[in-house]
Amino acid sequence: MTTFQRALCLALVLALIGIFSLVEPAASGRLKVQEFTLANGLKVLLVEEPKAPVITVQIWYKVGSRNEIMGRAGLSHMLEHMMFKGTLKFGKGAFSKIIKKNGGNDNAFTSQDFTAYFENLAADKLELALEMEADRLKGLLLDDKEFQLEREVVKEERRLRVEDVPPSYLVEQMYAQAFMVHPYHWPIIGWFNDLNAMNREDLKAYYEKYYAPNNATLVIVGDMKAETALPMIKKYFEGIPTGSPPPLPAIVEPEQKGERRIIVKREAQLSFIYFGYKVPNFKSPDVYALAVLENILSAGKSARLHDALVYRKKLALQVGAGYNELAADPELFTFYALVQPKAKIEDVEKAVLVEIERLKKELPSDQELQKAKNQVEARNLFEQDSVFRQAMLLGTAETAGAGWQFIPNYVDQLHRVTKEDVRRVARKYLNADTRTVGILIPVRAKAYARPAAGDAP
Amino acid sequence: MIRFRLVCLHRILAAAVVTGSFLPTFIQAADIKPIRVVTANGITLLIQDQPFLPIITVNVLIKAGAVHDPDAKAGLAFLAGGLLDEGTKTRSATQIAKELEFMGAEFSAKAANDFATVSLRVLKKDSDRGFTLLADILMNPAFAEKEVARIRSELLGELQGEKDDPGIVANKAFDEIIFKGHPYRRPTNGDEKTVTQITRQDLVAFHDKYYRPNRTIMAVVGDIREFEALNLVKKHFGKWAPKDSSSQSFPAAAPLQKPVLKLIDKDLTQATVVLGHVGIDRKNPDFYAVAVMNYILGGGGFSSRLVNRIRDEQGLAYDVDSGFEADVMPGPFSVRLQTRNEAANKAIVNVLTEIKRIRTEPVGYQELADAKAYLIGSFPLRLDTTGKLAGLLTIVELHSLGLSYFEDYPKAIAAVTKEDVLRVAQKYLNPDLYALVVVAKQAEAQIDSGALLGTK
Repeated sequence: MTTFQRALCLALVLALIGIFSLVEPAASGRLKVQEFTLANGLKVLLVEEPKAPVITVQIWYKVGSRNEIMGRAGLSHMLEHMMFKGTLKFGKGAFSKIIKKNGGNDNAFTSQDFTAYFENLAADKLELALEMEADRLKGLLLDDKEFQLEREVVKEERRLRVEDVPPSYLVEQMYAQAFMVHPYHWPIIGWFNDLNAMNREDLKAYYEKYYAPNNATLVIVGDMKAETALPMIKKYFEGIPTGSPPPLPAIVEPEQKGERRIIVKREAQLSFIYFGYKVPNFKSPDVYALAVLENILSAGKSARLHDALVYRKKLALQVGAGYNELAADPELFTFYALVQPKAKIEDVEKAVLVEIERLKKELPSDQELQKAKNQVEARNLFEQDSVFRQAMLLGTAETAGAGWQFIPNYVDQLHRVTKEDVRRVARKYLNADTRTVGILIPVRAKAYARPAAGDAP
Repeated sequence: MIRFRLVCLHRILAAAVVTGSFLPTFIQAADIKPIRVVTANGITLLIQDQPFLPIITVNVLIKAGAVHDPDAKAGLAFLAGGLLDEGTKTRSATQIAKELEFMGAEFSAKAANDFATVSLRVLKKDSDRGFTLLADILMNPAFAEKEVARIRSELLGELQGEKDDPGIVANKAFDEIIFKGHPYRRPTNGDEKTVTQITRQDLVAFHDKYYRPNRTIMAVVGDIREFEALNLVKKHFGKWAPKDSSSQSFPAAAPLQKPVLKLIDKDLTQATVVLGHVGIDRKNPDFYAVAVMNYILGGGGFSSRLVNRIRDEQGLAYDVDSGFEADVMPGPFSVRLQTRNEAANKAIVNVLTEIKRIRTEPVGYQELADAKAYLIGSFPLRLDTTGKLAGLLTIVELHSLGLSYFEDYPKAIAAVTKEDVLRVAQKYLNPDLYALVVVAKQAEAQIDSGALLGTK
């Protein structure tokens, strides 16, 4: 039984007995999270944080581009935009206007695995945010004329973030190669074709399927008391009926058998390389060793990649590694480098691979291991300085299926990682056969404009 | 942990309602009571004890900004700031990075027009080691030839890379037009020609002249008692020698004589538009009325007229906003947006229409009330982390706003009237004399210069 199914069962039991469940605050870590589940299945996470008179209210839906189907890439994000276009109670555009005139900021974000909405406000405005989030959980207008306009806005967003940004364009292409079957194949913002093909009925069906209290987590961090927040939450959310369980995405990416390479040629100033290896997510105990490995390679100027490629060899302007252990399905451990104008992209790739191979052969030093752990421990405290950041981390972990406990337990887990673990996971996962490499080759403006020069190097 | 697969937002968060050194503040008097001390060697120190988490944030502002660059060496202040942590007289660049990162510290150093900022965040237990490194970095940078050459070559690479960013390309062209004869016209990070001219001697001399305690404002916020912070500063910065430095004055930018259009052709799907002119400085008493006016015009996100008209009603842009950068000297007022090439003319006409409207019709009662409610009510959000508060404290000190500013700000905003908004719109917005920069695929954008510049 997956974590998700377990959660559904729990929700069902609670619905039958019709009471709240109270789970003890986290055993480790300073973060004190109080967890409740409403009778309709809405998960509630509260952190009392009185250091400033502010509060962040975030509602996380378990739906992202991972839940989309071929031909409708970008539907989750499109719906996120439409969530600001009004309900019967609060008309078009009213949501943000009301939050703002109450001194708050609101926004939303969509990823592969989730869609989340937030309001950052003075602590005494909690009830307003709850009322409005509960209202748009059901009863969104989804006016067709508004949809037509907003689709144009999203297309502008795609132009801004992807079409005119060479490295982003490459990243999109690389993912489409790395994942052939799994929905991580397509971009969160969607392809132009799919955006154009979407209609109001798609949005309506999607909204009805995924926007339900039993598919959401409400996270509140800030200057409040659970005993006063909870009755308010009940007041606005309890009346929303449980939805039928949303379908679980069941697509498994087949094993990759050999390196894939993708080349993009377009007008750009600098070469860029971006590549990734197939790695497990939080469901594997190896995530912590992979996270330490990421730090050793990439966290700061003294980390191996910057030291080798930027400082000593002067091959790259920027270099680093990235690993999202909280992806809902296994994702990629990635590497990127922005190439020095005088350097060759082949040399940059080789230099990164040298550092990867070195980790497979030699154990990292005690000092490096300790540094990585110190960095994670310090970052963990720094992140608690921001109520918004705290809520984001809890929301991400809970929505991905790892459970919010992943966050307060993270530092302890990381401390258990040994040098041998780091070498073992490097050997196990960073192998050429599961690697997908994307390379951006800049083409000079004039050559690009000449039709016959399409294949010129 | 850079993630290239960006999460898509509903809207890009505007940098600030009024950007630059403007930080709207309103402190509930009881909450934040910083201590202000000027040390024997002239550092203005602001300390705020916040014992919630065992961390300390230090924000150091040094009046060593790019305004002091010679024209031929634009980028000098920027390079000097970037080289601070690349080796001192006793520590190599690698050693500094290792020592900072072993503590899990966060460090950054960067120069802007008016000043350079160095910030450090450490765990409380590491505060003495953190200050040791911070002092060494600020007081004793070596500017070793080898590191200068490397950082310069990185900067040259970045300058080349910036040509791919239509927003940066447009900003640079815009500043050059509106700040004629003024140091704000130069790009902070210089250009290929000027950066190549900068030598080690230039950097050493710049540091010697401008990196001085009497040009330094330092805010310390976190789990630290006032006397502890003061002792740390005395211990580590006590030997930093002050140097007389009369404040430099600069001539005002030459006003535009006619509207100026600059078209930059690039193979892009979208046109990036910047429209505006010189605005106000931070000491201008109209600052508060301007903040309210700008919020209504284009600073207030979905509550602003520009977003309503251009995004919500016509779907022309994902992001459009307006802002005044209220710096030590009058900074830019600008409206920025991106729209598909073909829609550029239409979007610009809409921008001009809104600028004209706010100059001719008084704003509505509700609009005014909502804008003021936001600016006053959102105050706590601007101070809710040690980093935000440390940054704010140095800016309040830079502009001599005084610690009573925390109580004055809401009052000043509350006092703004409809008439004030109309008056400052007429005074500080000019729909006839402006610079308009459009970076786009010009063959598709087909900018109608006659119509847009009012010459047709």
